[in-house]
Amino acid sequence: MNSPIRKLAVVVSLMFAALLVAITWIQFFQADTLRETAGNRRTLLQEYGRERGAILVDGTPIAESEPTDNDLRWMRTYSQGQRYSHVSGYYSFTYGPGPGLERSSNALLAGSDSSLFYRRLPDILIGREPTGATLELTIDADVQRAADEALGDRRGAVVALDPSTGAILALVSHPTYDPNSLSSHNLNAVQQAYEQLSTDESRPLTNRATGGDLYPPGSVFKLVVAAAALESNEFDPDSELPSPLRYTLPGTETSIPNFGGSSCSGEDTTTLFDSVRVSCNTSFGWLANELGAETLNQQAEAFGFGQSLQVPLPVTASRYPVDADDAQVGLTGIGQYDVRVTPMQVAMVSAGIANGGQVMTPYLVETVRDKDLSEIDTTKAQEFNDAISETTAQQLTEMMVAVVESGSGSRAAVPGVQVAGKTGTAEFGTSGAAHAWFTGFAPADDPNIAVAVVVESATDDWTGETGGVVAAPIAQQVLEAGVNR
Amino acid sequence: MTTVTTFRPRTGRTTELVLLLFAIGIVLLAYVNVGLAVREEVPANLGMTAGIFVGVTVAFHLVLRWKARYADPLLLPIATLLNGLGLVMILRLDYAAGRGVDSLVAGRQVMWSALGIILAAAVLFIIRDHRSLRRYTYIAMVVGFALLLAPMLPVIGHAENGSRLWIRIAGFSFQPGEVAKIALTVFFAGYLVATRDALSLVGRRFLFLQLPRGRDLGPILAAWGLSILILVAQRDLGSSLLFFGLFVAVLYVATERVSWIIIGLSLFAAGAFVAWRIFAHVQTRVDLWLDPFGADASSDQVAKGLMGMGHGGLFGTGLGEGYPHLTYFANSDYIFASFAEELGLIGVFAMLMLYALLVERGLRTAIGAREGFGKLLAAGLAFSIGLQVFVVVGGLTRVIPLTGLTTPFLSAGGSSLIANWIIVALLLRISDHARRPVAERVADDDRQPAPGATAPQPGGAR
Repeated sequence: MNSPIRKLAVVVSLMFAALLVAITWIQFFQADTLRETAGNRRTLLQEYGRERGAILVDGTPIAESEPTDNDLRWMRTYSQGQRYSHVSGYYSFTYGPGPGLERSSNALLAGSDSSLFYRRLPDILIGREPTGATLELTIDADVQRAADEALGDRRGAVVALDPSTGAILALVSHPTYDPNSLSSHNLNAVQQAYEQLSTDESRPLTNRATGGDLYPPGSVFKLVVAAAALESNEFDPDSELPSPLRYTLPGTETSIPNFGGSSCSGEDTTTLFDSVRVSCNTSFGWLANELGAETLNQQAEAFGFGQSLQVPLPVTASRYPVDADDAQVGLTGIGQYDVRVTPMQVAMVSAGIANGGQVMTPYLVETVRDKDLSEIDTTKAQEFNDAISETTAQQLTEMMVAVVESGSGSRAAVPGVQVAGKTGTAEFGTSGAAHAWFTGFAPADDPNIAVAVVVESATDDWTGETGGVVAAPIAQQVLEAGVNR
Repeated sequence: MTTVTTFRPRTGRTTELVLLLFAIGIVLLAYVNVGLAVREEVPANLGMTAGIFVGVTVAFHLVLRWKARYADPLLLPIATLLNGLGLVMILRLDYAAGRGVDSLVAGRQVMWSALGIILAAAVLFIIRDHRSLRRYTYIAMVVGFALLLAPMLPVIGHAENGSRLWIRIAGFSFQPGEVAKIALTVFFAGYLVATRDALSLVGRRFLFLQLPRGRDLGPILAAWGLSILILVAQRDLGSSLLFFGLFVAVLYVATERVSWIIIGLSLFAAGAFVAWRIFAHVQTRVDLWLDPFGADASSDQVAKGLMGMGHGGLFGTGLGEGYPHLTYFANSDYIFASFAEELGLIGVFAMLMLYALLVERGLRTAIGAREGFGKLLAAGLAFSIGLQVFVVVGGLTRVIPLTGLTTPFLSAGGSSLIANWIIVALLLRISDHARRPVAERVADDDRQPAPGATAPQPGGAR
């Protein structure tokens, strides 16, 4: 009977070999995939178990981890939750790291980023839980406060940039929410809060400044059209453009009027300079057709259209429609039809003009620091693109100064400072309701802040709220806060 | 096999003591590790715990020196190490669940462990020669079947998580199938050693298969019927697979006929296929096996276990530093996954090797045994441990569909622990007999051997 026992031993060996292969497959080859499986609470618990890095604005934490006595060990708190919710995001045990830096810089904050590996090596060797890196933001607390307060209860967004570096000085989206309600350790309350926030029809979790929502830009897009015209060398600020009372779109019987149905100059023509100053629709409709979709698209892309960004918050790509027919191209000249933008993109256009034509890549994290505050990484300002020539930038600046001094954007004027700007009133739907825009920079001769403001229409009907009336005063407060920073 | 030597072979008892102290050292180290990791303190009762642990196991070692001098020296250290590690993990999971001193699962498990060791020692005292068990072949059958079917009784029978495997008497819950495993192995061994000639030699040849006679098919059909009954009535795929596999293995060892294995496996496959077609709970298990992460998976039990094992990775999180309690049945059916998470691939490789070594020592004992009954009993008991590990760990790792079986020596649960200690005691007894030199055997063996036990076995001593 020994021979079958030996064969039985072989069978047992094969059974154990199968187990060894299977467990190796799971714990070695599949381990990473399993760790990243959706709903794996272990990965979350492990991250929760270590001290997450803080997020600092002007040296003050807007998000930090505080030790607790319960199983989760650390609780994330947000000292000015409502004001910074769309910058920080939330860090919820139930829902994980939410939008904002908590998600887009999760690996750094959690301390698991590969760039931290060598710094973490001593911790790993002695079995100490590594701590996350601290992020110092480019946000200017005063500018952020001004933007937050000026936008108030209105839905919309404000983005402010440093034109010379691309540093994001303010990033506000309303309505906002309190991230503390999602980071709490009362998991039932967290679930309730999340369900309430995610089903709220005003969508407070959406970051209107960088994406989720793309807006029609309306007349602020005229800056791009005017830039394309000047860059084409066929136009200069004094070029006379046709400015009829109504401009008939090519190939149709539809015509577009000027705002309020008035004439742009009292004549049948007006200069490019005045077209921008008074935001003349008919001349820009004509100009768009004169330049053509291809030229306009190239200019838009030079400013950043068509490209999504990680600042590191994800910024949705703005778009210029490529499939437009002649009539639709005419409409794009005044920022209608299918032109869609993020406030961040509009701010980049202004910042590019302010910076002599050079668009800088926007960024939100100034410095990454270790727990002991030693520097790990500092963001260097990077050029995004030379969108326009310095001459074009200078000419556009002069036009934008005129918009604020004697045009549609007078309510953006800051006493004692020369402000450059452009208003926009972007219709959507068919009822005449419109979002109000303003974008600009200051001081015009040596800009240190560029801003984009969008205020959503409160109703579905036209209520007379133009960019100049609603958005310009908000921009004014933001520019005032930033101009002397 | 029968070699007369002039000097006494090594008993291996000193080796056993050294290995035993080594095993105890590992377990105590793990105990301190869990205390430090979970509660950030060295366990306050460390001295007392260590004392009791050393006392009980060394006492058992002394029983072996006294009653089974030539027993295999590896069995006790391996069983001790596995049992001890199981205790540490169960305690660690008690901490994670926040259980208080009065409700520790580990506390009960300590008592069961002690009881298991005491019963194992008792087995060594009571059963002086394993061949005496052969007298109880048919009693073992009746006891085994009765135990297996006991959970089906009204009043005392008791179902948990959809499987009717328990009986409950006076507040104590017991899984009789664990003990039935031993009784049925005794029956299989006794029955087959008596009928093996008829089964192996008579019959017609068909192609390459030696077909048995119709009336000899009886026992295998009975075993098959019983397995299917367990599968259907008690909803227990694991036990069904275990008993049938055990029977086929012992049958094969007894008859050396591959045809039995082929007939047996075909029958079982057919039965399992029909069960899969008919019964929803079997289909559920198979669906979960094929796609544990599927959107329509009716349970995330398999998925949670896989995530736990994946989380451990190559080196594990370290004892007390993972989250094994996020898996269901973390201290019973899934205790192996708990180890995989905290000890990592390296740790469970070592644990699987311990099991493989345990089975190997059992099979080695079977080869060394000097008569058929001992061979079949040792081979059956050893294989049952190996098969049980395969069924339960294979279920966690998706080698086969998941079935709820205990992991020998590790899982929380008294019946399993006691049964496995008794199996170890029987293996110790058989190995003592097998390794004892002839001179001493003749001198010691003043008992009447079971009839036919010492008769020459065809092919028995090759």
